[in-house]
Amino acid sequence: MTLRGSAAIVGFAETASFPYSEGATTLGMLASIGMDAIRDAGYEPAEIDGLVTEGFNEAPFMAASTVAEYMGLRPAFAEVVDHGGATAGAMVIRAAAAIAAGLCETVVCVTAARKERQRLDRRQPSAAAPSYKDRTPQGEFDVPFGASGAVFAYAMILNAYRAKYEATPEQLAHIAVAERANAQANPDALFYGQPLTIDEVMASPLVVEPIRRLDMTTTCAGAGAVVVTSAAKAKSAAHPPVTILGAGENHTHRSISWAPPDLENTGVRAAAERAFAMAALRPQDMDLRCIYDCFTSTVLISLEDAGFTPKGTAGRFFAEHDISPGGDFPMNTHGGQLSFGQAGIAGGMSLVTEAARQLMGRAAGRQVNGCEFAFVNGNGGVMSAQSALVLGRLS
Amino acid sequence: MTATSAWAGPIPRPSAVSQPYWDGAKQHRLVIQRSQKTGAYVFYPRAVSPFGADDTLEWVEVSGRGHVHACAIARTPTAAHLGVDGPYVIAIVQLEEGPHMTANIIDCDPETIHPGTPVEAAYIPITEEITLVQFRPAAVG
Repeated sequence: MTLRGSAAIVGFAETASFPYSEGATTLGMLASIGMDAIRDAGYEPAEIDGLVTEGFNEAPFMAASTVAEYMGLRPAFAEVVDHGGATAGAMVIRAAAAIAAGLCETVVCVTAARKERQRLDRRQPSAAAPSYKDRTPQGEFDVPFGASGAVFAYAMILNAYRAKYEATPEQLAHIAVAERANAQANPDALFYGQPLTIDEVMASPLVVEPIRRLDMTTTCAGAGAVVVTSAAKAKSAAHPPVTILGAGENHTHRSISWAPPDLENTGVRAAAERAFAMAALRPQDMDLRCIYDCFTSTVLISLEDAGFTPKGTAGRFFAEHDISPGGDFPMNTHGGQLSFGQAGIAGGMSLVTEAARQLMGRAAGRQVNGCEFAFVNGNGGVMSAQSALVLGRLS
Repeated sequence: MTATSAWAGPIPRPSAVSQPYWDGAKQHRLVIQRSQKTGAYVFYPRAVSPFGADDTLEWVEVSGRGHVHACAIARTPTAAHLGVDGPYVIAIVQLEEGPHMTANIIDCDPETIHPGTPVEAAYIPITEEITLVQFRPAAVG
């Protein structure tokens, strides 16, 4: 059994990225975006027999039942996916797998993040009562050393890369600038109307050396969802179906200290190889790449490990190629998370929805001409969890 | 970051699984687990061996010596309430015996710390019960 060709994305929905979501609930946002995606696919809610959601802090238990009840769904298959930035791709993979296994036929996958001006849930570590989070290896053996959040770990990875290969600050800044240029064609992007220069990136403060503030994403509020259905049902879809041709995952570690020792060689490679092998396609067959971009360095390293350019060459590669929709190497044409904004798990979903949008031919002012095949990857934690999809518009 | 900083950061909470490690640290000894089957060391403390279902982990004292495997210099604090202003080094230390540990490299100029820098354990009491195992550049000779 293979997932190749067994299911297709037939609808999607996405909100604009917005800086704050005063008063909105994550649950309400998940349900609304799910309904929008179902409507986009041209389906009635009664046709939805599968639901995949992220976990969210308003519903630490039974999140899938909580979302299904709120939406008025009684699905035959319901699932929570928890792979950080790899979640969106992993949701599509699980939806397709459930469909291929005959558990359900049509699945809505929902992601959303609110962002309050004032954080509601900040824990005061020194004063707080013991938390179950203290019982994780990270809580006990990383967090006390300031090894929390992701920036320090991505800095370690970049330092390991730079010990062997070239990645100048200017080359990294160029990635942020090129994605920002793409966002100028996307009114929904957080940084629409705000072009960026290499000098501005270079002048932004070092957070954990050598990562600068503008090498990083900006968190925001937003939501994204897709509808996945069986290949049979997709034949009568409202939009050109986006077929799942290849899928791969790879889960190598949780904490960077216990990652495979060559930090610059990431788990992206195995996930991408699995996806391309299933699709019987190669990186050079892709018309669009949606590369997970929590940091500029993540784009650089992931592009190599996914097989688009040899190890050690991506810094120069970006300087020599044009990632705009009309360029020779279209990539993250919605602006990427770096410029579209990172609304939690929905940030990763924006890479999936952009691929679906382009493959359906619905990208309007930023349409990639003749877009038939796209590669989407997701990366969770600190290069910990990987998902990879090869998607195609089959004629 | 120096060894004498008052600790305002997160305080680890030992579990029944990890208590022997923390007991060792309190006595300024680095005590970690070793596989009876393979002789390989493992860190962090676990309830079950990652080296096979037929394996047992035993607690042993190790040298406290190692080298920096990977590191980064935090220019702004990476966690609230850490109690340091930075810059400070967050490192993956590889022990002579093999396993990796997360730590800060203390009592040093952050700019002088690189992969390969020899380090040795530094035991920093932060509460009555908890002593953190940090690392400092190894004494020469």
